[in-house]
Amino acid sequence: MDIHKLKNLNTKHKPSWCPGCGDFSIWHSLKKTIVELGWTPHEFCVVYDIGCSGNMCSFVNAYGFHGLHGRSLPVAAGIKMSNHELPLIIVGGDGGLLGEGMGHMVHFIRANHDVTLFLHDNQIYGLTTGQTSPTTEKGIKTKSNPHGGIEIPINPLTLAITAGATFVARGYAGDPEFTQQLMRKAIDHKGFSIIDIFQPCVTFNNHNTYSWFREHAYYLSDQEYDRSDKLAAYGKSIESEKLPLGVIYEDTSRKTYEEELTQLSKGPLVKQSITQRDVNKLLQEFM
Amino acid sequence: MRTVVNKFTWKIGGEAGFGVNSSGLLFSKYITRNGLFAFEYSEYPSLIRGGHQTSQITIDSVPVFSEHFTVDVLLALNKASVELHKNELSKNSAIIYDSAQFSLSTPQELLGNKSSNVLFIGVPLTELAIKAANLNILRNTVGIGASLALLGGELDLLFKLIEEEFGKKDQSVIDMNCLAIQSGYDFVRSQFGGVCDAFMYKMQKVDENENRMVISGNEALGVGAIKGGVQFYAGYPMTPSSTLLGYMAAKQYDYDIVVKHAEDEIAVCNMTVGASFAGARAMCATSGGGFALMEEGIGLAAITETPLTIVEVQRPGPATGLPTWTDQGDLRFVIHASQGEFLRVVIAPGDMHECYVAIQKALNLAEKYQLPVIVMSDKWLSESHATVETFTDEIPIERGKLILKSEDMQTSLKYSTDLFSRYMTTNDGVSPRTIPGVEGGIFLANSDEHEEHGYTSEDSDVRIEQVDKRMMKLHHVLKELAEPIIYGDEGSSILLVGWGSTKGPILEAMKLVEIEIDSSVAFIHFVNVWPFPKEFVKEKFEKYRRIILVENNSQGQLGGLIAQMTSCHIHEKWLKYDGRPFWPEELKQKIIDVIEMK
Repeated sequence: MDIHKLKNLNTKHKPSWCPGCGDFSIWHSLKKTIVELGWTPHEFCVVYDIGCSGNMCSFVNAYGFHGLHGRSLPVAAGIKMSNHELPLIIVGGDGGLLGEGMGHMVHFIRANHDVTLFLHDNQIYGLTTGQTSPTTEKGIKTKSNPHGGIEIPINPLTLAITAGATFVARGYAGDPEFTQQLMRKAIDHKGFSIIDIFQPCVTFNNHNTYSWFREHAYYLSDQEYDRSDKLAAYGKSIESEKLPLGVIYEDTSRKTYEEELTQLSKGPLVKQSITQRDVNKLLQEFM
Repeated sequence: MRTVVNKFTWKIGGEAGFGVNSSGLLFSKYITRNGLFAFEYSEYPSLIRGGHQTSQITIDSVPVFSEHFTVDVLLALNKASVELHKNELSKNSAIIYDSAQFSLSTPQELLGNKSSNVLFIGVPLTELAIKAANLNILRNTVGIGASLALLGGELDLLFKLIEEEFGKKDQSVIDMNCLAIQSGYDFVRSQFGGVCDAFMYKMQKVDENENRMVISGNEALGVGAIKGGVQFYAGYPMTPSSTLLGYMAAKQYDYDIVVKHAEDEIAVCNMTVGASFAGARAMCATSGGGFALMEEGIGLAAITETPLTIVEVQRPGPATGLPTWTDQGDLRFVIHASQGEFLRVVIAPGDMHECYVAIQKALNLAEKYQLPVIVMSDKWLSESHATVETFTDEIPIERGKLILKSEDMQTSLKYSTDLFSRYMTTNDGVSPRTIPGVEGGIFLANSDEHEEHGYTSEDSDVRIEQVDKRMMKLHHVLKELAEPIIYGDEGSSILLVGWGSTKGPILEAMKLVEIEIDSSVAFIHFVNVWPFPKEFVKEKFEKYRRIILVENNSQGQLGGLIAQMTSCHIHEKWLKYDGRPFWPEELKQKIIDVIEMK
């Protein structure tokens, strides 16, 4: 790995995450993947949601958009529809993307934009100092649910498959190399790809810790099942006693949203020149 | 009886599905082809069973700015149309009704003594439609033929129009429509010939004009947006903005525009911001409810200094309110929407041509000053149709300090190899803007407060610098916005004050006042509402003894704004908030009363 290229992806700002936070590892994996892909900083864009994960915005030297809490996906959709040649990555957490932004999540997935989403899944609201998130296990006591939450958690994998994701995987911040490999596969996939990345929050989630994941997660082997078999993928995604890590589902047959837009056959919108259009034909229709 | 030529109001009423709107539009175009002017206004109340619809068209030989309340010819496709609109009929009017479907009691019984001059013209519309074309849905078309027999209109022009309208369809469609028209016309001529000749209202061709358009406010916005170079349009259906979404969607392939029907207005706004950030010329539209959802995204555009153009087509609120009616209740909401303090521009066109111009200027201002620009319309302006001269304005596209290509980066703009000072302070508060992909132009668009590169900063000096930088644009924007226009007799001692769509009924009322008492008042009309032109207003208001506020809302919101900005309190207010537009007749009477009191 070219250290200079890796350093070139840093900014003058040092990460503000808690020591031991899974976000460090995801950040490193992300930068390494980018170097591996050979992207230079001005050639790609990252859209960040709001939360601990989104604070990565100040630590990556690249074009970035740090949007509103839960609203990063529509911003990303707008960017992709305007410039589909621009590689685009979304970084967000379980709170923003599955709580406030859940509606966008389902619709963004079913559109199949050629975008990769890294879901930093720490099963807690960290930046607001420890409240129940949509992926917090039932009964876990937090500041917003001191007697334990009543709802069962959302399963991001099952959700993504149901909504029509064409690449679904699960990573783990405790294994950066493994996660990096998944990131590469996700980005190489044509269409929407999501990696639900287990990300231990060392300050506010004392249940889903690194040691907890070591006990409860396992690596999927490539031979275990056909990744294009949706039913098998569903079965894998809902396993709960031991949590599978790796690519859960992949569909390589579907066209991306932008491929379906014939308006873009001449190239991305931002590369088409804007000249004052002749609207006489339109005005004629009103005469 | 004296004859009134080319000055009357025709109204068609019927159930949803009876083709009320299409008839209104066809009639308006026909009127326009005769060298006359039409203003078409439609109502589709949601509370009456069967979905009662109307379309009323006021005709004149000079431009019409608004429909009139009083109806001279009522084409009633069902009985409800007679019951609901009988009180709108003028003294010497006529009702053409579908005698195949229902009967009417005598004029005396139905209308009382006052309306004994009203003609009842029973035409078996449905029966004739079936006979002519084997299609009962052509009853409306038969009705138009009947109307022309009564009014003395030429059929040839209408046949020509039908041919153009249905030209792409089968010849049989054209033939059926023409036959339907002919049968209605012939029936009335043969059964009511003498009565028709004596009818007070007549139309007469002035010249064959094919250069004027019949266009709605939303259509004018759509054509303007296309002319203005829009590349990305997002929307979510909400009356009365939906027809704009439909128009843009219909034209997207012809002009390579990406039109996205998103999952909600929050997404609509954020997508538009994303598209704009990426470098596309982008806009979106909604009504008040959707705008409420967009609010946070508007603040996002403001703090990231991303150009954002939004059309807000008002309807009466709060909440779901009156979905298909008109109102100007969102002015203060739009001016103050979203948390925090930031600059925005609010433009409220008053007619179709102003819609066409406003959207182009909005797109320019948004990109030039990198801020949110909101164009405000309302149900009345957006869905009404008017005869207007074809648009010939050439408004150059301006994109401000936008850098789209690496080769356009000046070396002086590059801070270091990769860091670009996107939010550097400048004399006008506007900084150069790059788009992703431009080498040497990397920056972060950040919803957090940020330093000059866009990176999050909570530093006190940085915060003040960036707030001031963004606000500094105000003086420069204000200079670009045209001042309010004063119509009528500027030297009068009476001044009417209005904004946006009330321009139509007010100008039409002033026209009527002039005809009736050969006198006029002054009327100041605000298109550019925010930032507020306070110096201009202060200076102008001093010249008037009596100032009257005219608004389609219950609180006089522009009046409140004027008081806030100029300390000038307008005490006399004509406010209307029943979901209906002002009728020129009611304003005319008020104006005459004011003039004659002095």
